[in-house]
Amino acid sequence: MDIAKLTIPEIREGLLARRFSAVELTTEALRFAKEENPKTNAYLHFSEERALAAARRVDEKLARDEDPGPLAGVPVAVKDVIVTKGVRTTCASRLLENYIPPYDATTVARLEQADGVIIGKTNCDEFAMGSSNENSAFGPVRNPVAPDRVPGGSSGGSAAVVAQGTAVVSLGSDTGGSIRQPASFCGVVGVTPTYGRVSRYGLTAFASSLDHIGPFSKTVYDSALLLRVIAGRDPMDSTSAEAPVPDYTAVLDQDVRGMKIGLPKEYFKGLSSEIGDRINAGIEILSKLGCKLQEISLPTTDYAIACYYIICTAEASSNLARYDGVRYTRRSPDSQTLQDMYRNTRGEGFGAECKRRIMLGTYVLSSGYYDAYYLKAQRVRTLIARDFANAFTEVDAIVTPVSPFPAFRLGEKVNDPLQMYLSDIYTITGDLAGIPCMSVPCGKTAEGLPVGMQILTRHFDEAGMFRLASAFERAGGFAG
Amino acid sequence: MKITENEVRYIAGLANLNLTDEEIHRFRADLDEILTHIDKLNELDLTGVEPMAQVLYEAEETATLREDKEVQPLGEALALENAPLSGAGYFKVPKVIER
Repeated sequence: MDIAKLTIPEIREGLLARRFSAVELTTEALRFAKEENPKTNAYLHFSEERALAAARRVDEKLARDEDPGPLAGVPVAVKDVIVTKGVRTTCASRLLENYIPPYDATTVARLEQADGVIIGKTNCDEFAMGSSNENSAFGPVRNPVAPDRVPGGSSGGSAAVVAQGTAVVSLGSDTGGSIRQPASFCGVVGVTPTYGRVSRYGLTAFASSLDHIGPFSKTVYDSALLLRVIAGRDPMDSTSAEAPVPDYTAVLDQDVRGMKIGLPKEYFKGLSSEIGDRINAGIEILSKLGCKLQEISLPTTDYAIACYYIICTAEASSNLARYDGVRYTRRSPDSQTLQDMYRNTRGEGFGAECKRRIMLGTYVLSSGYYDAYYLKAQRVRTLIARDFANAFTEVDAIVTPVSPFPAFRLGEKVNDPLQMYLSDIYTITGDLAGIPCMSVPCGKTAEGLPVGMQILTRHFDEAGMFRLASAFERAGGFAG
Repeated sequence: MKITENEVRYIAGLANLNLTDEEIHRFRADLDEILTHIDKLNELDLTGVEPMAQVLYEAEETATLREDKEVQPLGEALALENAPLSGAGYFKVPKVIER
């Protein structure tokens, strides 16, 4: 057994054939993850006790000849912005360094109900704000493919553990590309489902109208299976949608011949040539599969960054107001008044990127500016969503690059926040429209850096997205 | 210039963020650059375009209401467990009112 290469079906097969027990697998997975972690800093902490308890439940079921859940024995890593009862959850922030949540996120509970084994919590940008994972209070994550480069962000740790093989699958969160961009940088599959598809109960709020939880995996099949487990209405999240959850794995072998695919011209003009070459080769594969390709236009694309950075910072400034030193964060000592205590706690506790976004968000919401910024951005958001709705009257899926360039070097963009924001151009539009989107591996640059192809489909058509991604993965030989 | 250091100080006050002079200086430049980029939105004609606050899809009006059922609350002890300072069942903070 090569622990670093396992997939969900291989684990199930191994358990049912009694080649290994869930406790043996979990022990080995934890040992391997701990041994490898210094290379990437992708895990912030491990949840050994909880993992072994979950593994024992699986072994007991097997001993009784019961059919274990769909994630039986699968080592899963969870981004440290998703709360885990009794297991430290820091959001990669000094403010929550010692926070032990008193409850489980719905996604965490569903993972364990399906007999998944949560082995640890992954590093990320502080409060999920960043595109490089360099904004973590506990140090950056290194890309397992090229250790001098970033893994992408904000879910950099969740992408890195899957690429490194120190978890079989993982959960991340995506507000403007935080799942797809790191997936593309690390060469794994990363999925942002439809807004409302997956409950956010227990996800630390960043920008509530944009936040999603979604899976990372080596194969499209594993993400499809994991999404089925975590998706569906949750009474604890009023924004979770009441919509049936199909078995996404059942459609993966279906033909994609005749599927109409739109290539938005606005997404192909600012590409580095190495990315452009890979994506064009990917499009060639789709053509050979019998897909019908056509150029489309999403005319509001150029305005998406400006729109997104108003909406997400406005919502973040409001959501992050709760970190005030009263209930669960650390508190700045020796403040004489309540106001000073708030200001000192937050001034000392937040890192630079969080402060920058809180400041921008507070500014755009401040008296006299609301109409000029927030309201205007919400109107532009309508246009962006309308662009997609119009496109989907003509095509079944849209294919684009995930990022204009491959993984960059640590420190390369850290001093230029606007340049960092502009790098999110291809991913933020999917979040603004709330449609399902994913990154699927699409080969490597000459230097060996992974390139991801983005697939976007209509609201709740994750099945169509997975079907196309699966056919592409098979035809290109890209399964990790 | 889109924003002055004084405005940055005012915004930091609204956000309850204690910033150093160095941070004020740096954020002024950063915000200035970002706000200049954001001006791009003025190129668009938004007449008659409704604002979009949330992603919406077809559903029953009551689809997002949960059942009105009693559930066990967290409980005082657990709720206070992560507080930096608590006592007598409360979160404790520095004095708010002078006696």
